[in-house]
Amino acid sequence: MSEYLVLIYENEASWANANGETAGKMMAEHESFGQNNASKLRGGNALHPTSSATSLRRDASGKLLITDGAFAETKEALGGYYVIEAADLDEAIAIAGQVPAAFGGVEVRPIRVFD
Amino acid sequence: MEAAVALAYQSEWAFVLAATIRVAGDIDVAEECVQDAFSKALIMWPKVGVPAKPGAWLTTVARRRAIDVLRRQSTHDRLLTDVVYKDDEAKEIVGNDSLIADDRLRLIFTCCHPSLSIETQVALTLRLLCGLTTAEVARAFLVSESTMAARLTRAKKKIKTSNIPYRVPTETDLPERIEAVLSVVHLVFTTGHTAPTGVDLMRRDLVERALELARMLRVLLNDDAGVAGLLALILLTDARHKTRTGPDGSLLLLSEQDRNQWDAKAISEGIDLVHEALRQSPAGRFALMAAVSAVHAESPSWQETDWTQIIALYDLLLVSWPSPVVALNRAVAVGIARGPEAGLEALAQLVPESQLSDYNYLASARADFLRQLDRRDEARAAYLEALTQCENEVERAFLERRVAELDQ
Repeated sequence: MSEYLVLIYENEASWANANGETAGKMMAEHESFGQNNASKLRGGNALHPTSSATSLRRDASGKLLITDGAFAETKEALGGYYVIEAADLDEAIAIAGQVPAAFGGVEVRPIRVFD
Repeated sequence: MEAAVALAYQSEWAFVLAATIRVAGDIDVAEECVQDAFSKALIMWPKVGVPAKPGAWLTTVARRRAIDVLRRQSTHDRLLTDVVYKDDEAKEIVGNDSLIADDRLRLIFTCCHPSLSIETQVALTLRLLCGLTTAEVARAFLVSESTMAARLTRAKKKIKTSNIPYRVPTETDLPERIEAVLSVVHLVFTTGHTAPTGVDLMRRDLVERALELARMLRVLLNDDAGVAGLLALILLTDARHKTRTGPDGSLLLLSEQDRNQWDAKAISEGIDLVHEALRQSPAGRFALMAAVSAVHAESPSWQETDWTQIIALYDLLLVSWPSPVVALNRAVAVGIARGPEAGLEALAQLVPESQLSDYNYLASARADFLRQLDRRDEARAAYLEALTQCENEVERAFLERRVAELDQ
């Protein structure tokens, strides 16, 4: 068994423009996803939009630089994640493929284990 | 003796590697163990003679070595238990041909996993299933050996860290995954059949690897129509290989080739396979492409070619696979069947397709129709456009000759 991080990337503008009905539908879909895959889920959260993000870097002198916004500007932004357990990548893909992501998609990343 | 080992290397490599991966659970470890086994063969076979089943011999040696390696690497009891279990498997497997055959299927499905890029799928397939050296794979991609070595290392790392399973996909996934494998083998074939760059028209080594892979798939997936279709396509297309260039190395068109020199045996086998493949409904794309090739193969001459049937086949192909390349081939067929004006009209509908803009056959097809209509200036411009996009020396020479003829 391995763990995978399922990162949800979606276009934030589409989300902002979505009406209450769409948002409600999405919530319901996430709930269904959670119920259908309960035994495989190890965690997960929705994130506030990138407008609420704060990024930290160090400059050449080692000073901490704090900036407003996400670390990298991308067309689709990270909006949430799930941690899942799966026997192999095929199973991980089968689960991740059920994650609702109407305005984008998901990335499946294996979680690294250090012995 | 070295010849016997070399022969075994060529024909048994995939067999042995695939079986060893299952025991080793790691492609790199398995590769090393297989190399060791072949080295051992070079030492032992002169003393004990070439075994009746070289593949089984090599597999046993490689797997034993893999178990040794695992035992030494492992410090956990749990892992040892797995290893012991696999050792028992090893004893029964060597005697069971079908289980060994399954391992090659496992391997090719792993190499062609959708989470790997297409180039990576092709590179892994050439290296692990065809046994090409890293240098030879690098040459197929026209990159340096170190670049290819890094690419293969990254690929194997991805297989390991993301845990791509070493197995034949489940029934639900199988059709799509078989399609992916067929695409990879087809890509190896087309790259070899008309090399995109270089001095020769064809790269026989890649064509032969593709044919081997298609035959292997035919044995392992005997009732799959797509596999039958792909093997048919390769056989029928490659049946013409001796006639594609003239004695001076120049390109010969289908209309100019001596059909008596086509490989009749390959054509006969190909046609049987096409009939089999076409029994699946709806027809698969390789079956349809093979059927087009079959129409040419069965036609005693260029003049007697049944273009109506070819156009109909392309129409069918476009329904399920609206690829601009297929549309281009159809447009060329239309031009031959109904005249160059009709051909130009069909081509004009394609031009907006950005995918084709770098594909020199679009420009050269247009050039040829214009040439037939004696619209010399336009034809010359089109041939020159094709030349800017063409990197194969034999094809370039052909296009340059056409330009020269226009100026006469």
